[in-house]
Amino acid sequence: MTIYADNAATTKMSKTAVDAMLPYLTECYGNPSSLYTAGQKAKEALEKAREEIAALIGAQPREILFTSGGSEADNQAIRSAAENGKRKGKTHIVSTAFEHHAVLHTLKKLEREGFEVTLLDVHENGIVTAEEVGAAIRDDTCLVTVMTANNEIGTIQPIREIGAVCRARGVPFHTDAVQAVGHLPIDVGADNIDLLSASAHKFHGPKGVGFLYAKRGFPLSTLIEGGAQERGKRAGTENVAGVAAMAAALKESVSHMEENAERMRALRDKLIAGLSEIPHSALNGDARCRLPGNVNFCFEGIEGESLLLLLDDRGICASSGSACTSGSLDPSHVLLAIGRVHDVAHGSLRLSIGEDTTDEEIDYMIQNVKEVVEKLRSFSPVWRDLVAGKAKFIL
Amino acid sequence: MALYSEKVMDHFRNPRNVGVIEDADGIGEVGNAKCGDIMKIYLKIDNDTVTDVKFETFGCGSAIASSSMATELIKGKPVAEVMQLTNKAVAEALDGLPDYKMHCSVLAEEAIKNALEDYYSKHPEKRKDSENE
Repeated sequence: MTIYADNAATTKMSKTAVDAMLPYLTECYGNPSSLYTAGQKAKEALEKAREEIAALIGAQPREILFTSGGSEADNQAIRSAAENGKRKGKTHIVSTAFEHHAVLHTLKKLEREGFEVTLLDVHENGIVTAEEVGAAIRDDTCLVTVMTANNEIGTIQPIREIGAVCRARGVPFHTDAVQAVGHLPIDVGADNIDLLSASAHKFHGPKGVGFLYAKRGFPLSTLIEGGAQERGKRAGTENVAGVAAMAAALKESVSHMEENAERMRALRDKLIAGLSEIPHSALNGDARCRLPGNVNFCFEGIEGESLLLLLDDRGICASSGSACTSGSLDPSHVLLAIGRVHDVAHGSLRLSIGEDTTDEEIDYMIQNVKEVVEKLRSFSPVWRDLVAGKAKFIL
Repeated sequence: MALYSEKVMDHFRNPRNVGVIEDADGIGEVGNAKCGDIMKIYLKIDNDTVTDVKFETFGCGSAIASSSMATELIKGKPVAEVMQLTNKAVAEALDGLPDYKMHCSVLAEEAIKNALEDYYSKHPEKRKDSENE
């Protein structure tokens, strides 16, 4: 039995997306920049996908720029806003402490180039407020970038309100919506968004393709120099097959969004309730205001990597914010941002369920996580000290 | 390729010598929870030989496997020989560890040396003996 519970990392491509992709890999393989029929057919597919994607998020086709994925879109959005700001002498950026590294590392780089960055606290519940964003905006602020939903703990940010604050203050608003697009309703107009990043493989499309929405009139800088593709804003022969599949995947996800979300929320809450029975555990992030498929827990006295390996033995694919899985000495910056101390942040587990997750799978996960946590605690010196009263429980 | 060798996975899944020795002659503890690794080694020493060894580990798969393998390597061995145990020997016995996990084998070596230090601090005369050998 294999239970895939890492949909926040990536999703399985839908059949619809695969079917939409294949013709552009086999028969219709022309270069969209070529003027013969085969090339123009590819060009038509590209533009049709652009129209479909734009319509699904309330944008105009010319406001959609295809990229290699969410990270590229984040980089381009932030760099563009920074360069626009610099020309006007505005070099301050507002963001949050728990953004994706595609955002945080771009901001770090800008800091080295002389920009000033304010990273807002996201509190214990993993949510920043529009008031806090408003209070951080200064006369020299050239960008506010706040993710729509967090990739680790799934908490949903009040982006419509944040967007409204930004608009009132005349500051461009970017949102990394990689975890949200296809899972939460998004309307760039109503949500007051100027720039939005999305990635196809998070909503059952292929890897290596995504898009950047940039409100009409927003000047974009280029990251990649070359040909005049994407109206001169993103050089390189377009990933036609990937883009066609992305549009098909998004269309399908959005058309079933409501019913899927309702079903997934019920399963998510059952999983949360089941795992909450484990003593000295805690859910990370707000219980209600979170993505329909996201469950993230800390278990005291154990370490995340060993938890993942034992779950893998039992067929469960999951992820963790422990240092051993992050490739650094520090555990997840997201867990630290919501106030988890290192000791418990190492024992984190993210289970991100999908549209296909069944009730039986939830039962299986609850049972097996319980057993594995118990096994690891049975020979953990940290747990022994906690139980013996030599150390204080944090959770 | 898998993250870990079959040996590592075997020792991780079925760790040997897990537990506590209540009347241990030497206890060693290294690492800290902040960094995500803690190893605790309990030694029973009789007649200058490690007659029993147990461990407890909070940490990743390779930390658990390294502790398990280290206990296997020293069980029944003369103290003088145990003193010579290196992290490299632990890693080699596990058919290797990924580079960024080598510190787990270092922790295992340190935990054992720590436990021996504890033993010597209670039996200073034994340290002399071993130095004379």
